[in-house]
Amino acid sequence: MPLPAFTLDAADGPRAFPTGRPALLCFVKEDCPTSGLSMPLIEEAHRAFGDAVDVLIVGQDAAGNAVLVERHGLTAPVLDDSALHVSYAYDLDTVPTVILTDPAGEERTRFVGFGRDDWWHLMASLAEASGLRAPAVDWDAYPESRPGCGSKSVEPGIAERLEAEASGSPLRARRIEIAAQDDEFEFMFDQGLTDGLPVVPPTPQRVLRMLRGTRRDAQEVVAVVPPNMAPATIEKIAINAVMAGCRPEYLPVVIAAVEAVCTDTFNAHGVMATTMGAAPVLVVNGPVRHRIGMNMGLGVLGQGNRANATIGRALMLVLRNVGGAKPGGTERSTFGAPTKYTMAFAEWEERSPWTPLHVERGFRAEQSVVTAFGMTGGPHQIVDQTSRTARALAGSIAAGLDSAWHPKAHRFGDVLLVVGPEHLDTLTHDGYLTKEHLRSRVQEVTARPFADLISDDESGGGAPAPASPNAEQLARLVPKFEAPERINIVVAGADAGKWSAFFAGWTTGPGGTIPTSRVIEE
Amino acid sequence: MTQILDPTDERVPVRRSLTPRPEHLRGVVGLLDISKPRGNVFLDRLETLFRERLPDVEVRRYRKPTFTKPAPEDLRRKIMEECGFVVEALAD
Repeated sequence: MPLPAFTLDAADGPRAFPTGRPALLCFVKEDCPTSGLSMPLIEEAHRAFGDAVDVLIVGQDAAGNAVLVERHGLTAPVLDDSALHVSYAYDLDTVPTVILTDPAGEERTRFVGFGRDDWWHLMASLAEASGLRAPAVDWDAYPESRPGCGSKSVEPGIAERLEAEASGSPLRARRIEIAAQDDEFEFMFDQGLTDGLPVVPPTPQRVLRMLRGTRRDAQEVVAVVPPNMAPATIEKIAINAVMAGCRPEYLPVVIAAVEAVCTDTFNAHGVMATTMGAAPVLVVNGPVRHRIGMNMGLGVLGQGNRANATIGRALMLVLRNVGGAKPGGTERSTFGAPTKYTMAFAEWEERSPWTPLHVERGFRAEQSVVTAFGMTGGPHQIVDQTSRTARALAGSIAAGLDSAWHPKAHRFGDVLLVVGPEHLDTLTHDGYLTKEHLRSRVQEVTARPFADLISDDESGGGAPAPASPNAEQLARLVPKFEAPERINIVVAGADAGKWSAFFAGWTTGPGGTIPTSRVIEE
Repeated sequence: MTQILDPTDERVPVRRSLTPRPEHLRGVVGLLDISKPRGNVFLDRLETLFRERLPDVEVRRYRKPTFTKPAPEDLRRKIMEECGFVVEALAD
């Protein structure tokens, strides 16, 4: 059977094999001393037998090929196999590999490395077959033999890529082998790949299955992940989603979450690095909630629902593994937070007459959207089982929110308020027909004279005392939040229970974190 | 053998942790010849030195079928079960 046919570029244009004449294929790479040793003989063969035999030098890297031509004064054509597809197709282990073929491309002779006798016999047989004179070679100047070097096509990482390309697989990630004696779960702990809980081993089969959850190309770079500013491909996200325990249909939500947090507005680097201990909190809106079975009811902020639990965890694993955000490295949180394992949930849009979060943020109701909040604390529960009017309950909610960070910390950041259904009923049955009603009441109730917010001997937190305060300045009312929009409101939780809950954000604005939404592919 | 895909940005090589080194050599030491030419010469010399200097240590010899491939699973398991230490000889 003839050897694989190919066409590769040489300096004077493309060269095809087989050539219709006998051919001498010489696979070499520049940084291999044994290739260097062989180059003068390859060139001699070309000069002596070039009229009858096509001597084709197949070089494994483009820059190296130029060096070889220069260094050895080559006139034989040097073919560029820097993509290594031909080296792979020829199943090379070693360079140099020298193969003599007949005009149809059938292999006649092959040797690897350097062998003086191999070359002597090759020159003799070419002379005999062609009727041309063999070159005068000072054979004594050559060593008897030299081992070859590893072909670039079998280098770790490259071999797997070539195999994947040849088989049409979408996978390009480095493959790691876990020995049969090793426990695969322990291995992943040892490699620092987990958040402290076991992860599902991301075998190629599982990752391929995960990739079926999206139509996007596995090698598409969807984000650059801080702090290492590493590219996150769909494949890398899928690997971490497998580890987190996701089902393939969750993958588009994880991808959108990665896109949302790896933005200048969300500022994942700051969120992960701050000693204040912020973490992404993900809220999902739109039809995808039902399609993948997200929890928006009983126990919404807790354990037990696979989609909620694993989507947030997959995002955190991407930040850890792809971005390199690890505690003790650039992640410097004083306390950390359970939300750093996972925090994702859905808004119960159908339970509420209020405009859902994503529509408030400019998306259409039928779009599926994930919104990422950088939150330092929560969920904190706001307890009020006795208010019967919207005004009274909103006052309680405001009092609860006033405790965020420090009661004197006003105009600091965002909060994410989760209104429970029973609280929602009290509010909406009594005139609070929009989220805006609740926001204005919170701002009204929490407004304090500036004098009350100044750091003093009784409580050092709060605003620094002005150098020369005037009465008007001290009396000015300062609401808790810089603007009503800093109060982000969603409805979720069980039908029973007169509670609401909130997450407190990190510093907001361009130097902090700004809630960021991305559409989820449907 | 399980194969997994690297979840990281692949900037750092995969590191495998070494078993803690014990202070004293005792029990069974395996000498693994990888079948490269003259590896056995080196291991013969090592075996002689082990027997002279550490008479209480038992030396056992093992051999890979070929140096070009990883040791077969059965051989690795056998060495793991029988030895506390192993010396693997590279040659040429």
